[in-house]
Amino acid sequence: MDFLVFQYPMITVQACLDGILLGVLFALIAYGMALQWGVMNIINIAQGDLVILGGYIAYFMYLYGIHPAWGVIVAPVIMYFVGIAIYKLVINKVVDRDLFISILATFGISILFMQLMNFAFGADVVLANSGYGTTMLFDSNVVLPNSKIFSAFISILFAACLVIYMKKSKLGRAIRATAQNARAAKILGVDTEKVYAATFGINAALCGVAGALISITFTIHPYMGLPYTIRSFMIVIVAGLGNLPGVAMSGMGLGVFEEFADYILGTEFRIGSVFLLLVLILVYRRFKLSRKREYLK
Amino acid sequence: MRLNKIILSFVSALVILFSTSVVSFAKVVGDKIILGAAISLTGKYSSNGVHTQNGYNMAVDRINSMGGVKVGGKTYKFDIIYYDDESNPKRAAQLAERLISQDGVEFMLGPYSSGLTKAIAPVTEKYGVPMVEANGASRSLFTKGYKYLFAVLAPANLYLDVAIETAVELNGGKPVRIAQAFEQDAFSQDVRLGILDAAERTGSKIIIDDKLPKELNDMAATLVKVKQMKPDVLVVSGHTKGALTAIRQIAEMKVDVPMLAMTHCDAAKLSKQHGKNSQYALCASQWHKSLTYKDDFFKDGMTYAADFEKEFGYDPPYQSAESSAALLVFKDAFERANSFDQKKVRDALAATNMQTFYGNIKFAPGGQNVDKPMVLFQVMCDASGKCENKVVAPLKWASAKLIHPIPKWSER
Repeated sequence: MDFLVFQYPMITVQACLDGILLGVLFALIAYGMALQWGVMNIINIAQGDLVILGGYIAYFMYLYGIHPAWGVIVAPVIMYFVGIAIYKLVINKVVDRDLFISILATFGISILFMQLMNFAFGADVVLANSGYGTTMLFDSNVVLPNSKIFSAFISILFAACLVIYMKKSKLGRAIRATAQNARAAKILGVDTEKVYAATFGINAALCGVAGALISITFTIHPYMGLPYTIRSFMIVIVAGLGNLPGVAMSGMGLGVFEEFADYILGTEFRIGSVFLLLVLILVYRRFKLSRKREYLK
Repeated sequence: MRLNKIILSFVSALVILFSTSVVSFAKVVGDKIILGAAISLTGKYSSNGVHTQNGYNMAVDRINSMGGVKVGGKTYKFDIIYYDDESNPKRAAQLAERLISQDGVEFMLGPYSSGLTKAIAPVTEKYGVPMVEANGASRSLFTKGYKYLFAVLAPANLYLDVAIETAVELNGGKPVRIAQAFEQDAFSQDVRLGILDAAERTGSKIIIDDKLPKELNDMAATLVKVKQMKPDVLVVSGHTKGALTAIRQIAEMKVDVPMLAMTHCDAAKLSKQHGKNSQYALCASQWHKSLTYKDDFFKDGMTYAADFEKEFGYDPPYQSAESSAALLVFKDAFERANSFDQKKVRDALAATNMQTFYGNIKFAPGGQNVDKPMVLFQVMCDASGKCENKVVAPLKWASAKLIHPIPKWSER
């Protein structure tokens, strides 16, 4: 136990700001998960691995001399098609089966992705340098890397665009209709198969954006996906499905919680504390989130 | 009559079975000495696993082309059976069993990493198979009383204590205040123990003692504490990701600390990934090509590095150099034992006292190499932004003077 955080008030400010910036990024990943979960009732264990794959796209751009920030444009485009491909190859075969099968299937995809990335990109930890510098606050007692601010800003931008898209566009309305009642949507002429594929693609694209941001703020490694899956699962559990403000709030809450756990319990318990919190919340909510599954092919 | 036929065919089948298994059971086939190694060719250690394999292969080719191993008046050549342990300790132990009991290997080379060496050592010990390993530095490997385990590298607790001693020396012999962050794995925790010893010896105080998780990619909390408490030395060890994360966040958060000591800068290709931001970092290394140790096979570090680069296309990290040295040790031991008897080879290994391009090698009773100090290098960059690792300690090999304290970020 370490109570430095209370002895130095600036550390508290630092922890809160770091947590919020980080939480926004988590929320973006979680939003993709919530969307997919809400529409297709699939819990995607491979979420974190899609994030890492997005990170590698930005990293390779960086290797070839392109600024990695362009990754937030390129990665989602590529990842969208990766998502569609995963849907066509695997998910549409399990989408009408029970939840357990779909969890197993995405778990399998997760392992496959980890090994493929390890095989293709090697086991080295890599990162892309943005060269964005640092913002100093409060007489340089609080430091915020501009890359973190940039990633929070881009996350918010993408989330906002997505909300508008879901409200205004034809596909967005079709996705929302399918989430509410797949059978009714189909009767009214919505091509649910197409909606499912698009949803999966959009989720993968969001993961791509997040991955590109992670490669310029943190580090990426083929086996580092799982913590992102757990975090987004946790955020969705707390916020509920189809509740974007909830996802954003719970994302930031989780970010701040993690930072404080890091300062008080020690860095080694950072991820552990997230797991513990997840268990507590699951017990508290008693799996109330489980919804009736409705599928049409 | 029919019974006879059945018996005959049964017996001949047995003969065939035994004759083939006798062939595969020999540790020395024809003029070949067959060594076994389980190496991480896939999985999370695969990059260092490949460095290890390249080091082994380089030495095998060199020794074979320069006359091989002379035992009992006959010349033998080295050959290695490799299996991929998938970076998984359980698999590594299974493969060691398989190498020994199915492939009949009687001499082993080590895998990559302390964890996997720990998994294999009980197996080689059980069968009395001498193993020379080059990539397991954890102190716990050498306190178990293993008789058949020999490591050409210095144990992990010696990695960074030189840094603390240097810091104290530069502080006019007065104790220093240390901040440290270590990953929770066998190796890094041993490095930590070394620092604790050094701190006790010098009367220094540890003011931050953080543990880093396996999935580390953010150590901002530790660095914020460092910023507030202003220690004299910051020590970080968490494999490649620890080194990369530390440098990135120290630069981003403009953390000023007079001395920054780390491990795994080599493997992290620190100066390549971070350029000028990695400048002044002090790194522990088992080996550096500029050291002036010599042997007959690779001449010296510079020649080794040049030959290695020609063959594999990259500058050799110390993981490759120490792996090559393991073969030199085996060759020397076989020739001194003048036999392939495992017991005799083991005794010859225990009596090793030689110099290789990688360093002097002499084993303590626990199996660790006690004759080779660690070196510290510092990342130094010129005005054009080109960075290089220069040895700064021990003074005997220093090719540059240690820059201390590290200039503040505001003055860079």
